Amino acid sequence: MASYLLGRLLALVPVLFGLSLIVFLIMALIPGDPALAILGAYATPENVARINEELGLDRSLPVQYATWLGNVLTGDLGRSHSLNRPVLDEVMERFSATLVLAGAALALASVLGLLAGIVSAVRQFGLADKLVTLAVLVGISMPSFWLGLVLILLFAVRWRLLPVSGMYAIYGGGDLPDLLLHLVLPATTLAVVAAGVIARLTRSAMLEVLRQDFVRTARAKGLTERRVVFRHALKAAMVTVIPVIGIQAGFVLGGAVYIETVFQWPGIGRMLVDAIAKRDVLLVQGGVLVVAASYVLFNLLADLLQRLLDPRIAP
Amino acid sequence: MTALRSALAGLFLALLPLLPGAPRALAQVPDEVLVVGQIAEPASLDPAVSTATNDFRILINLYEGLVRYRPGTLEVEPALAESWTVSEDGRTYDFTLRQGVKFHDGTPFDSQAVKFNFDRMLDKSHPAAGTGPFPLSFFFSAVERVEAPDPRRVRFVLKEPFAPFLSNLAYPTGLIVSPAAVTARGKEFGRNPVGTGPFRFVEWQGGRQVTLDRFPDYWGEPAKLETVIFRPIADPNTRAAEMLSGGIDVMVEVPPDALAQFQSGGFQVHQQAGPHLWYLILNTRQGPLKDKRVRQAVNHAIDKAAIAENILQGTAIPAKGPIAPAFEWAHDPSLAGYPHDPEKARALIREAGAEGASLTFYVAEGGSGMLDPVAMGTAIQADLAEVGLNARIETYEWNTFLANVNPGLEGKADMAEMAWMTNDPDTLPYLTLRTDALPDKGGFNSGYYSNPELDRILEEARRSGDQGRRAELYRQAQRIIVEDAPWAFVAHWKQNAVTTEAVKGFALQPSFFLLLAGVSKE
Repeated sequence: MASYLLGRLLALVPVLFGLSLIVFLIMALIPGDPALAILGAYATPENVARINEELGLDRSLPVQYATWLGNVLTGDLGRSHSLNRPVLDEVMERFSATLVLAGAALALASVLGLLAGIVSAVRQFGLADKLVTLAVLVGISMPSFWLGLVLILLFAVRWRLLPVSGMYAIYGGGDLPDLLLHLVLPATTLAVVAAGVIARLTRSAMLEVLRQDFVRTARAKGLTERRVVFRHALKAAMVTVIPVIGIQAGFVLGGAVYIETVFQWPGIGRMLVDAIAKRDVLLVQGGVLVVAASYVLFNLLADLLQRLLDPRIAP
Repeated sequence: MTALRSALAGLFLALLPLLPGAPRALAQVPDEVLVVGQIAEPASLDPAVSTATNDFRILINLYEGLVRYRPGTLEVEPALAESWTVSEDGRTYDFTLRQGVKFHDGTPFDSQAVKFNFDRMLDKSHPAAGTGPFPLSFFFSAVERVEAPDPRRVRFVLKEPFAPFLSNLAYPTGLIVSPAAVTARGKEFGRNPVGTGPFRFVEWQGGRQVTLDRFPDYWGEPAKLETVIFRPIADPNTRAAEMLSGGIDVMVEVPPDALAQFQSGGFQVHQQAGPHLWYLILNTRQGPLKDKRVRQAVNHAIDKAAIAENILQGTAIPAKGPIAPAFEWAHDPSLAGYPHDPEKARALIREAGAEGASLTFYVAEGGSGMLDPVAMGTAIQADLAEVGLNARIETYEWNTFLANVNPGLEGKADMAEMAWMTNDPDTLPYLTLRTDALPDKGGFNSGYYSNPELDRILEEARRSGDQGRRAELYRQAQRIIVEDAPWAFVAHWKQNAVTTEAVKGFALQPSFFLLLAGVSKE
């Protein structure tokens, strides 16, 4: 197990290296440069050259990349020119906000998705099944930024039950209840699509499991239906569902870009969009590295959970 | 995706007023605290580093310059300097500084502090030169040296006469920072700003807020508010929703579509035309627009009033020439410009033999001061089709757009959208219309316009120390530029803001700064 874990973690290194190279090349290939973003209308060739020199962008691309890589290996992600602060500080601050949002959304999506999937499998073709199927269809098809705006319109503007945007109240907030209050709308918006996918998958996995012999055996033993569904069938179905939740973690992180903009959540998705517009290569690199590493780690976690649940998967 | 997104967002905004509200206070902010909804996170709170209007709105409350714009105008008046004299040859400026002024960190403001500020930007060997980069330091490239003969007096010696110097001192790049704080914080000064202004810095939480509070030792009239909080809210619909729900007191840059719903119901709408111009650069070197008559025809063909009223929904006024009316002293109000006249446009095109000519038209997707560039570009395309010109639109993302346009349009396009916001009537024509400003000479004359008469006038206006004489020269310049039509003059942007009814003493400035010292909440 330990060697498996070590192997998976080591495999992360070439992935991140390749990714950083690709991001670096893309940022170098798209037209426009940081000096243009900084100077806007005042970008004379002379001013551009001066800024590039000060930012170290007048060096050749391989030299720039090698310098960056060397610094990363010593734990220095460089300095963002668009925010005038160390990349690491900004990325950590923003990523922790995204983790809170994405974590809450994923937890919500998993709970709702599993419950809906189980109910509709157990009551296949019943009213509950039809309602869940309809809700899932609507949820998966709705653009999430639109849903976000509608939720803001209803809950924040019309009824004033919840705050419109932000992570904490700007004045006199900052505690856990305050955070939870601010989480409700963005986490719900972000969870909808993932919940739909998880519900669909749970339903089909449960339907398959419920027809298997060991379930019939369990029922024959006289176990309660609740115990059959939750202890026996669900545990077997989870083997299929958990990797999907792992993949959904990636989608939730990606979807956070839109949601963070609509709800002005101070997360890393919004930060990356701004950084790309301002051609802030170092900030983009730092942000992408952290997001990619966490995505790989989420999937590793899902694989480990799957192993724990299903002894048939060899360690 | 973008179209779908804005369509849905528009539908959302249209629905808002239909829903009766059930006002219930959620986390009310006290009266001594003002919350401003900004369009983005600031890049830096170091005035020598910052280049964005969004940042300037904060900076102008933290810092002061030697001079400032008199409220409601773009003319300078004393600030940290009590008075000044300019030498006969226009090269030496002597300032007498205000006494008893302290920075927020308690250190005194004196002539050495002023010298430190300009040496930091202009002298690469200065100990604090590494706290940059200072993108707009060329605003002061005319400065040869700064002298501090005694603590109350400071002297600027210029390499050559440069009339916009005072106006540039009032611009954010000329705001004075605390030398002690810069030395102590180094590159982190931009996130720990220290100035002399009516408000001082409290904290900056990334992506969330910048908080300022009243500076008790301020030399002038103290600020009325206890605290000001600037919140970045990038999505305009979310910003509008925050305003409607009472989450913010002031909202800047309200999208035209959302403005109507704030016209009543406890809100005040503020509008102010600024020193902005939205225009088309016309390629005067090659293609159909090489002919002046076709350029004039393009100007006559565009229905500027319809663009200002229908597309920009009254958030802009039609432009008649190159200098914005906000520069009251230099603008020529008698200028007729090019009224919308398709008949005349067709006649001019016929005369030039350019009927049915094809034009490649660069359109930006967005960008600083570009307003609604895609919709405006499409409207212009339709206006041109009306008079028999066939414009083919190519759309680019802003950064890519600049990379295409700035090196010049030759071989690529016949016309391109552009917008500038400046602080002196000198800046725009000097950088974009002179022969010496052609792209290969390091300027922005991307349409290759050249007129020796105009070159001479602009040069003299920049060197003249007499504002009356400068005004006369700029009026001459406007007449020449309008007649030669190197551009199509389209619109001057009116900046807007919405405040709640409780906000008193709020006024927008032609400089687009956001002065909050005199603002209160009741």
